[in-house]
Amino acid sequence: MSENTLFLFYDFLQYLVNGLSQGSIYALIALGYTMVYGILKLINFAHGEFYMIGSFTGYFLIRSGMPIYFALPLAMLIPGLVAVVVELVAYRPIRHAGKIPALITALGVSFFFQFFGQGIIGADPKPYPSVFPNKTFDFAGAVSVTATQLIIMGSTIFLMFFLWWFVKFTKIGKAMRALSYSREASELMGIDTNKIISFTFFLGASLAGFAGVMVGAYYNSVEPMMGLIPGLKAFIAAVLGGIGIIPGAFLGGILLGVIENLVVGFWISTYRDVVAFAILILILLIKPTGLLGKKSKEKV
Amino acid sequence: MDYFIHLALICGIFIILSVSLNLINGFAGQFSLGHAGFWAIGAYTGAAYSVFFAPPLPGFINLFISCLIGGTFASLSGLIIGIPCLRLRGDYLAIATLGFGEIIRLIIVNLDVVGGPRGFTNIPKLSNIFWVYGWAFLTILFVANLMRGSHGRAIISIREDEIAAESLGINTFKYKLLAFVIGSGFAGVAGALFAHSEQFIHPHNFSFLWSVIILLMIILGGLGSISGAVVGAIILTLLPEMLRFMGETVAQWRMVIYSLLLIVLMLIKPTGIFGKHEIFGRRKKA
Repeated sequence: MSENTLFLFYDFLQYLVNGLSQGSIYALIALGYTMVYGILKLINFAHGEFYMIGSFTGYFLIRSGMPIYFALPLAMLIPGLVAVVVELVAYRPIRHAGKIPALITALGVSFFFQFFGQGIIGADPKPYPSVFPNKTFDFAGAVSVTATQLIIMGSTIFLMFFLWWFVKFTKIGKAMRALSYSREASELMGIDTNKIISFTFFLGASLAGFAGVMVGAYYNSVEPMMGLIPGLKAFIAAVLGGIGIIPGAFLGGILLGVIENLVVGFWISTYRDVVAFAILILILLIKPTGLLGKKSKEKV
Repeated sequence: MDYFIHLALICGIFIILSVSLNLINGFAGQFSLGHAGFWAIGAYTGAAYSVFFAPPLPGFINLFISCLIGGTFASLSGLIIGIPCLRLRGDYLAIATLGFGEIIRLIIVNLDVVGGPRGFTNIPKLSNIFWVYGWAFLTILFVANLMRGSHGRAIISIREDEIAAESLGINTFKYKLLAFVIGSGFAGVAGALFAHSEQFIHPHNFSFLWSVIILLMIILGGLGSISGAVVGAIILTLLPEMLRFMGETVAQWRMVIYSLLLIVLMLIKPTGIFGKHEIFGRRKKA
């Protein structure tokens, strides 16, 4: 191998590592998207804002001196509660009105949190307090992985397995799956559907809150508008993997993160969002059920 | 006085935008979230004509040509985007059009010829009340006449029940595309008028946020009502100005008020002010 190709290869590995950690974040947010969509067929635009709320909860708690192992659970709990309230106040009353009114409401909720956050916190980016030890591991002197990146990737894999186990083997998980097949039938079988839907929102939003803290630790900066683009990206990830499918969200998130970072590394960096949206449109046109999706009767 | 003239110009431009989006969202029932993208195409192509190519003709002729160019390019891109996207339905269509709207904006950001992230400057001031409201009137007339004829009936039938429409022999895809192309074309005209009234356009003017604001206008007025789209556009252009008189802090919370308005509308009155009715409409015979 000539020296040039070797360097190119190192570059590739570095962007791959960055892409994997970025993709883990997308995957965490996409999990919430996909669970809510699986159950309610609702594109919850406000999901990116739960991630923002989690990030800011962590920001204020850690800055006030709380250690991370207390702050992180709270930063998952609070967006979860916010999500439950949002579902109760905004989504539940129009649940039977169809997809489009729900989508419009979700847009409204999303913008509400963005601009409300901007109103009370201010639009300027805030420096995030350092959360994890500032340590970097070098491989072959060319590829570096930070401790934060390792923690992000590790915890994402853990949470993904936890969620898979939860949905597959617990009673609530079973109820969630039943709901995604047929809400009416599961209601007739004595499942408290409202409770399960609230719980799904809670679970999804707390994962997003977790992702929010991780992003704060990774990029060291947070702002009230931070949820919009990652929220859309997570949606793309969920669609890419197959919306409604939990491993699909993981796969889609990782793939999207890697592709984006390769675009940044080897093409024009400002085109990363263009590529992400192009992926969305292509997948919707070619295989709308996503990579892991099976054929379904309902046409999109 | 300048302030009021400018406000009236913006109001007229938003009337064109909301009436044209209403054709796509309200009448054809195809939920598009990318209207700002077509607006942007019209604004940039129209402005590029005036800045780079305009021959020394009287201003209003150049403005007219610029509007035609903006409208043509916007409807062409509506055609290119519509052909793949309109096969999707409901929320997926919304997301796909959102994606295209953002792609258009991001491509403009990366186009250095038209200023890229710095914005496009030195556009001559050619728009005036007469031409903006002339175009607005033309848009309303066009859409109203379209909806009265057989094409319009076909477009409405798609909204009401696509499968039933198809089984009655209506080429639903053709009519969806027709509504989409006409709607985006008028958005392009609005873009050209906007560029020539602001004299400075920036990709930020055409972000996803503006697609949602135009959407809010037609939801507030009533999806599927031309009068509603006009009234919605007027209310939502004047509202921030009135908020401004109530103090700087209130103006800052404009978007919070908008988003609450959107949520409350969906909860309490999803049909908007007019529903599907018109102010000057002929009564339907029962």
